[in-house]
Amino acid sequence: MLILRCPYCGVHADETELTPGGEAHLTRPGPGASDDDFEGYLFRRRNPRGVHFERWCHTCGCGKWFHAARCTVTHQVFGTYSAQTTEPPGAIIAAIRARRPDWTPT
Amino acid sequence: MSTRLARGGRYLDRSRPLAFTFNGRRMHGLAGDTLASALLANGQMLVGRSFKYHRPRGIVAAGVEEPNALVNLGAGGRFEPNQRATTTELFDGLTARSQNHWPGLGFDIGALGGLAARVLPAGFYYKTFIHPRPFWKHVFEPVLRQSAGLGAAPRERDADRYEHFHVFTDTLIIGGGVAGLHAAKQAGAAGRRVLLLEQSAHWGGRGPVDGGRIDGMPIDDWVNVTLHTLNDMPNVTLRARITGAGVYDHGYVLGYERVADHAPDAGGPRHRLWRIRAARVITATGAIERPLSFAGNDVPGVMLASALRDYVVNYGVSAGERTVIVTNNDDAYRTAIALQRAGLSVPCIVDARPDSSGVLPAQARALGIRVKTGTAIAGVKGRRRVAGVALCRHAGTGTVTERIACDVVAMSGGWSPVVHLWSHCGGKLIWDAAAAHFRPDPAQPPTNQAGDGFVRAVGAANGDLHLSGILPGGTAPAEAPPVPVWMMPLGADIGKRARMWLDYQNDVKVTDVQLAAQEGYESVEHAKRYTTLGMATDQGKLGNINGLAVLSDALKAPVPQVGTTTFRPPYTPISMGAIAGEARGHVFQPIRRTPIHDWHTAQGAVFEPVGLWRRPYCFPRPGECRADAVMREVTGARTRLGLFDASTLGKILVKGPDAGRFMDMLYTNMMSTLQPGRCRYGLMCNENGFLMDDGVVARLDDTTFLAHTTTGGAGHVHAHMESWLQCEWWDWQVYTADVTEQWAQIAVVGPKARAVLEKLGWNLGARALPLMAWAEGRIGAFDVRVFRISFSGELSFEVAVPASQGRALWDALLEAGAEFNATPYGTEAMHVMRAEKGFIMIGDETDGTVTPQDLGLGWAISRKKADYLGKRAQARRHMTDPDRWRLVGLQTLDGTVLPDGAYALAKGENSAGQRNTQGRVTSSYHSPTLGCGIAMGLVKHGPDRMGEVLAFSTTDGGTVLARIVSPVFYDPKGTAQNA
Repeated sequence: MLILRCPYCGVHADETELTPGGEAHLTRPGPGASDDDFEGYLFRRRNPRGVHFERWCHTCGCGKWFHAARCTVTHQVFGTYSAQTTEPPGAIIAAIRARRPDWTPT
Repeated sequence: MSTRLARGGRYLDRSRPLAFTFNGRRMHGLAGDTLASALLANGQMLVGRSFKYHRPRGIVAAGVEEPNALVNLGAGGRFEPNQRATTTELFDGLTARSQNHWPGLGFDIGALGGLAARVLPAGFYYKTFIHPRPFWKHVFEPVLRQSAGLGAAPRERDADRYEHFHVFTDTLIIGGGVAGLHAAKQAGAAGRRVLLLEQSAHWGGRGPVDGGRIDGMPIDDWVNVTLHTLNDMPNVTLRARITGAGVYDHGYVLGYERVADHAPDAGGPRHRLWRIRAARVITATGAIERPLSFAGNDVPGVMLASALRDYVVNYGVSAGERTVIVTNNDDAYRTAIALQRAGLSVPCIVDARPDSSGVLPAQARALGIRVKTGTAIAGVKGRRRVAGVALCRHAGTGTVTERIACDVVAMSGGWSPVVHLWSHCGGKLIWDAAAAHFRPDPAQPPTNQAGDGFVRAVGAANGDLHLSGILPGGTAPAEAPPVPVWMMPLGADIGKRARMWLDYQNDVKVTDVQLAAQEGYESVEHAKRYTTLGMATDQGKLGNINGLAVLSDALKAPVPQVGTTTFRPPYTPISMGAIAGEARGHVFQPIRRTPIHDWHTAQGAVFEPVGLWRRPYCFPRPGECRADAVMREVTGARTRLGLFDASTLGKILVKGPDAGRFMDMLYTNMMSTLQPGRCRYGLMCNENGFLMDDGVVARLDDTTFLAHTTTGGAGHVHAHMESWLQCEWWDWQVYTADVTEQWAQIAVVGPKARAVLEKLGWNLGARALPLMAWAEGRIGAFDVRVFRISFSGELSFEVAVPASQGRALWDALLEAGAEFNATPYGTEAMHVMRAEKGFIMIGDETDGTVTPQDLGLGWAISRKKADYLGKRAQARRHMTDPDRWRLVGLQTLDGTVLPDGAYALAKGENSAGQRNTQGRVTSSYHSPTLGCGIAMGLVKHGPDRMGEVLAFSTTDGGTVLARIVSPVFYDPKGTAQNA
């Protein structure tokens, strides 16, 4: 039963208030995309053991989507941030590195 | 014979006798008794039969670890099976029955199976009943089901109510023994908000029974003083009768409170589930004594040494007159001393250790109790009750050296810290070789969202079994270390090992675990499942450590390398009622009602659930069956005037400078070119290219669209819109709002639709409003928005008013429509009419794998747009496959109704030996308009095969023939809707 802080309304939201949305930072290829690229976008998802970036929606709260950086093994949360970005912000990367010096973004 | 002692019993109120029944026999206990102590006080040691061999079993323990004393408790709506007698507080009028025997507890026919114990080893069922295959279902399983299982299933609806309770706290302490009370005092003094839970009704844990002193006081006095101190702290809350059931991620803990089990008629909920968030959790859950594995250790009268002194000290009950104590540690000597002081006979203490010279053994000897060291139990005499023991050298093979008559054997194999809660959320254990137990590894605690440990174990739960290690002021006699004894005697032969029980409830013996190891089940998790060790309702609280030690010995691997099985919540069973809480009956889920709902109810409508809505399926008249009502409603709407409550239809406002651009991405059609005042039927696909919703879009003004969705789709379509707006096109200036419940909407349908609106005072220019247009204005006293759209194929106006006026408009339409025989119709008539007209229904024609192209809706897909959700996916190879099943109409040759979902048969069989198929029915109804069955279906190359006849399978194994026709059965030219 995770607790994630919604970066919009500031509520420390219980998992039951949230809807998970899978991997964050997918790039939507245009209509001219190759079969392979489009298949990857539709179906292929990272499933790392460790640091992961995910989409969550504060469904039973403010209704906003946001992103979370979380360890899939320990459920440690390194931070949550706006969904309106194409990559994790520097502060989140720094927070991960502070706790996981060996981690490198992929 | 067990009996009530004349004196003693810390928990008892001897002035308050209580009556109860066991197997229909009237018995008496005292306030403060548990059912187990009261049974013992009435001489009832035999309480049940074991699961597999139906062996007679007696009470073993005094707490939550009890494996045998499970009873069917209560009756009727308060009947509950598998209740532990040792934790069931006695109340006046309690009724209990023993379980798992037939015909009676004393004589059980299943026990004959026990004679075959040696031919029913671990894995017997797996190996024996696998062939011949059909025999399992028809012969073996019915017979085994009859003899297996513990308690009976309740038959009546639960008479009680339950609730959930949400709590936040700084420090949660689980366990109200000495260690938990001490931790609470410390945390309370530090100013933290503290919640202290105790599973039993009593504070102090084992301390008062086991003795010693704290700060110079007897334990009972210290507990009272400490409780007083804690009660004076406003930041500390103490609650008894709550079990810490599970520890979960990020400090989430479930507490299981028995509010009224001990006082069933006191009112209030029976159980309460505490849903706790704690910054820190302290587990002060104590330790559980281990049995010893010797031949006959399951005969009624063989009990845990600690339980025996619990019964004497707490309940004033003796389990028997002559008790032989068998141990590998000093602690069990406390039992000998307690029994002797209570005037009971202890003929011998059998100690497997070669030497016992500690303080407690010295006290026992000083009381004149005989101690035999280096000695083991070779066997137990007696079947339904211990009659004596045979002793042997522990280091030998079991040659009997002496026989002692006794009626109780008190065993102690050492103590296992209760590490369950520590382990639930990932805390790791270390093997403490000196104490021969697993205890929490403080270096590897469960971690929280910050990555920091949030659980700490204290006291016996942390492996600190001595008072002086738990708190600074604690003093108790020093104890010599135990010597691990996993089997006695060390050289026991197979005959003895096959009568050494590890798991009493599931009948797992030392030989079963050894057989599992021999057959290659080397992982402790595999051996557990093969033997069922620890898989009963007690989850192996007594037997698991002994079992894995036997496994490690058989595998010749050290205990820590074999490891433990996974500890999973709940720690003790919790009721289904507590899990459900308030969510039952009419509050199980919210029900959505339209503004016209009460009228539907008053008319005796048959309702059907659509999402959370309740919609009228049809309105049967007195004496009319549902099918007839539906036929009448269809005919009424087609020939005169129908009224339909369409308020549940999803209505989503999409507004902003970029609304047109956004709508073009959401829908397959071009929506940005839609003119204000006009409507357009639109299709919505997901990114996989499959149809997810459909509906009519009205353009309200340059920057505003009103998107109608299906009734069930409004919620997730709105979420879908928000997801794309927030996460992909966040720079687009668009707002969405779900306004479904702000409006009531009534479809006015049929040849007289215009006439009734004109009669009500229509001022919109009824003739001027063309098909697929909408207008705002007044009809009589109503502010309305009228959409001229038709889902029935008739002349049709959907009239929307603010929800507060919905019922008034409905009443006005009924009154004005009376001269036209206005017919209110339900969802089934709506379905029949749309099917007659060939209109698809999301969820009937679609199932998440169907594209607009499959449904012949290519006309609603814009070729001009560069992109829309689903466009790229619809170009994928499988999506453009010409062999995809496509929509057609189907008409049976004999006029009957095709079974919904039936498959069209094709030649040959597939690789699994199943008949090949070439299509399936998606919607099927009897059409009153055509007077025969009509259907829609998806058929391979369907639209190219008009006129062909297909065979469809029926549920009785037969087939029915149907011709492929156009899906538009009614008015293909649209004369009626254009009227």
